[in-house]
Amino acid sequence: MSEFEITIGLEVHVQLEVRSKLFAPSPYASGGEPNTRVSVVELGLPGVLPVVNERALELAVRAGIALEGQINQRIHFDRKNYFYPDLPKGYQISQYDEPFCTGGRVPLGDGRYGQLERIHLEEDAGKTTHTSGGSLVDLNRAGAALIEIVGQPDLHTPADAYAFLTQLKQILQYAGISECDMEKGLLRCDANISVQRTGEAELGTKVEIKNLNSFKMVQRALEYEARRQTATLANGGAIQQETRLWNEEKGESATMRSKESADDYRYFPDPDLPPISIQPAWVEELRAAMPELPAARRERFLHDYSLPEYDTDVLLQDRNVADYFETCAEACQDPKLASNWVMTEVLRALKERDQEITQFQIPATRLAEMIGAQINGRISRNAAKQVFEHLLEHDQDVTSTIEVLGLAQISDPVELERIVQGIIDANPQPVADFQAGKQKALHALQGLTMKATKGQANPPMVQEILRRLLDSP
Amino acid sequence: MSQRPQALPESADEIARAVSAGQALAADVLERSLQRIAALDGRVKAFVEVFHDAARHSAQALDAARAGGAELGPLAGVPVAIKDNFVMRDQRTSCGSAILEGFVSPYTASAVERLVSAGAIIVGRTNMDEFAMGSSTEHSCHGPTHNPFDLQRIPGGSSGGSAAAVAARMVPLALGSDTGGSVRQPAALCGVSGLKPTYGRISRFGLVAFASSLDTVSPFACDATDLALCLRVLAGVDTRDATSINAPVPDYLAADAPGIEGLRIGVPTEYFADGLDPEVEARTREALAILEIQGATLVELAMPHTRFAIPTYYLIATAEASSNLARYDGIRYGRRAEHPADDLNEMYTATRHEGFGAEVQRRILLGSFCLRQGYVEEWYQKAQKVRTLIRRDFDAAFSQVDLIASATSPGAAFSLGEKLDDPLAMYMNDILTTPANLAGVPGLSIPCGFTDEDLPVGLQLMGQALDEATLLRTAAVFQEATDYHRREPVL
Repeated sequence: MSEFEITIGLEVHVQLEVRSKLFAPSPYASGGEPNTRVSVVELGLPGVLPVVNERALELAVRAGIALEGQINQRIHFDRKNYFYPDLPKGYQISQYDEPFCTGGRVPLGDGRYGQLERIHLEEDAGKTTHTSGGSLVDLNRAGAALIEIVGQPDLHTPADAYAFLTQLKQILQYAGISECDMEKGLLRCDANISVQRTGEAELGTKVEIKNLNSFKMVQRALEYEARRQTATLANGGAIQQETRLWNEEKGESATMRSKESADDYRYFPDPDLPPISIQPAWVEELRAAMPELPAARRERFLHDYSLPEYDTDVLLQDRNVADYFETCAEACQDPKLASNWVMTEVLRALKERDQEITQFQIPATRLAEMIGAQINGRISRNAAKQVFEHLLEHDQDVTSTIEVLGLAQISDPVELERIVQGIIDANPQPVADFQAGKQKALHALQGLTMKATKGQANPPMVQEILRRLLDSP
Repeated sequence: MSQRPQALPESADEIARAVSAGQALAADVLERSLQRIAALDGRVKAFVEVFHDAARHSAQALDAARAGGAELGPLAGVPVAIKDNFVMRDQRTSCGSAILEGFVSPYTASAVERLVSAGAIIVGRTNMDEFAMGSSTEHSCHGPTHNPFDLQRIPGGSSGGSAAAVAARMVPLALGSDTGGSVRQPAALCGVSGLKPTYGRISRFGLVAFASSLDTVSPFACDATDLALCLRVLAGVDTRDATSINAPVPDYLAADAPGIEGLRIGVPTEYFADGLDPEVEARTREALAILEIQGATLVELAMPHTRFAIPTYYLIATAEASSNLARYDGIRYGRRAEHPADDLNEMYTATRHEGFGAEVQRRILLGSFCLRQGYVEEWYQKAQKVRTLIRRDFDAAFSQVDLIASATSPGAAFSLGEKLDDPLAMYMNDILTTPANLAGVPGLSIPCGFTDEDLPVGLQLMGQALDEATLLRTAAVFQEATDYHRREPVL
């Protein structure tokens, strides 16, 4: 048993997939030239008022359902007051003491769960970039609809934190709540970690880590911080309560600000937004309409498609990949072969091209058609690989690709027999070797046949015909 | 070109009828208004800015539309003044504050949009206490407004500019905002009629927020008929204001409405307590007697939590204001103070210190204090509980009576500068008006006589939520029986 115990709690901000901001009706999509996607409401101009986006509320409640939390019947919004240039109103509209969802949990993938404290809705702030010439503020994302998922401090290894985030992302993607793309800032994570001597009742001093831009970074930063705190405590030192900034390049974190006094945000209910009562019947309606979540889909892949666990887990990591696979498997009627292609070639091609599956050049039905050609023997496995490479570069159907590449397999027994007879006639030495008992000579003859047909001869048939012709007296 | 009559109509109702019927031109009505402003406003200082060109352009466009056969709205050609805390596209809004220096709005307030759609001609923006914080219109970066009945006195506030503009007959209608009495009190002190409707009856979108749970868009006019006309245009739900009420908008002075025979009017003891000027009390009692003669029954009432209204109001309003005014930080618009380039906090501090006047700073500090961790339960949250008790006083009262009556202001207009150094004395001006804001119920003030010094006194009537019709009907009956509302200041 280790001398120290680690306690981790995660706070995850997720931008909801809605086409307008949380409190304004104007259209919104993430990205864009700075300060082009912001209306008078999010600019906090004098006189503007917030109005709750019902679609955002619905997505938030769906997130609460998907994460098995309790949806509260009466909710309201609070103002969190602080000054910062990227916060146009001087307060953020958030939820303080009546979040829309209490509790909930995220599976860790091995039967264990990370428990949630709460989930609340809030608006995003803008983005400040500090340059040598001054600070730049982009308000495009100001007012965007976020949920903050607050995990309980009940994770005990950085690997569990990684698993928590992976599973959380999967669930939110599956439930259609968010793309969860960390690079686009659609999912942001802050991690709290403390270390105490094993057996001590009270948690150690909490340190918050920010600037975590990928799940792997979260894990690495937590590993670093666990080592740092353990070493400090082991040497008789004390941990300061602080916020640290992770530096991925250096592989270490540094103090951003110490939290000697707690911030006072002067929370109070936003008088511009009357409390909302959530009807239980509506929640049940949303629950009934919930799309299939990863756990259920996993069961289905294992049983209906008889896929191995390994395949299932790889395919399920990204909902869109799983969708792609499923379309392909249904179309070609060979789930395992479809899985092999998707897990290996498709994912490799995506990685090489730095693409998402939704941007992938080969539609799932086209891949299925190609796999079908492989199954019915029109092309060989090797030829299929060539077809796949061609389809990656060209928007062409499978049949014409096979034709253009001249990859159609020769499977006509009469034609093949004619070719094989020609090879036998032209190569008396290997024939004699084979008849003298050298099995290897058969491979040589087979190779010559394949060469003569530019690889288009059906290999099992060639072997069968060779044996028949050579064995016959 | 239609034939021009000898005399132009005076009231909003008459102007709209005449302009719609082609008996008067909006352009002529406007010119009379502009001439009056030009002649008198050098002394009254009701206006911060007059939109000469834009108003003339609008009036001409309206006349052209009429000539082209277009049907005009219920406020056709009526010149209207707007308190300087409503935003209007491509116009400045200052809220009487230096901190909004140079700010031009890219959008128009819902209330102003509704007026314009109804054919009103917006003639300019009027002076006010900075961010509507005050009861005298002395706390303005543009200097004070003067009471048309006595230029040495204050017009009341915070909507003093709008009240004075109507009192001086520069315009027949003006828009104000009432958070704790900011329309009713200046209406009383300037001898005009002012209506604070039910909270949420008129959209606040585009009204610069002071205290969001109390702010109410409120019109001024010379009589109840014009108030009713204006309210009908302004009232209604707005998808841009989540606190606006979705309820039908009635014809507030329907011709077939009954009189006030049998109407029960509550007279709460607490509203006639110490501190009420004897002359004001006398005029109020006389007004009640007139209503009694018209058929109303007076009912003595107790509203025991009235004495907590001022502290409750000043805790809630300042708490909300401290947050609402956080956006004036010098970053995106308005004034930005000189500051060291690398110190953000210094910039905030200098900007807000220079940009806000002393009264606004006092209220931001008070409001921030009562929301602080460790104090919020004792101050802000307790004030919310007391607010509920005050609301219950009204519920209980309205189970017995149809209306509640009192004086609007404890005294008549005081002299300029008289209470500037005594914030608490200034706050006590709101003692009779803040309860209606805390309860969210409608209230109006109508002229009910004059003091020995010929200063106007106002009668306040408060009604049940969404029952502006009874208030306006009672006011109309009172004004049929009296002519206090017709008395014009000598300027």
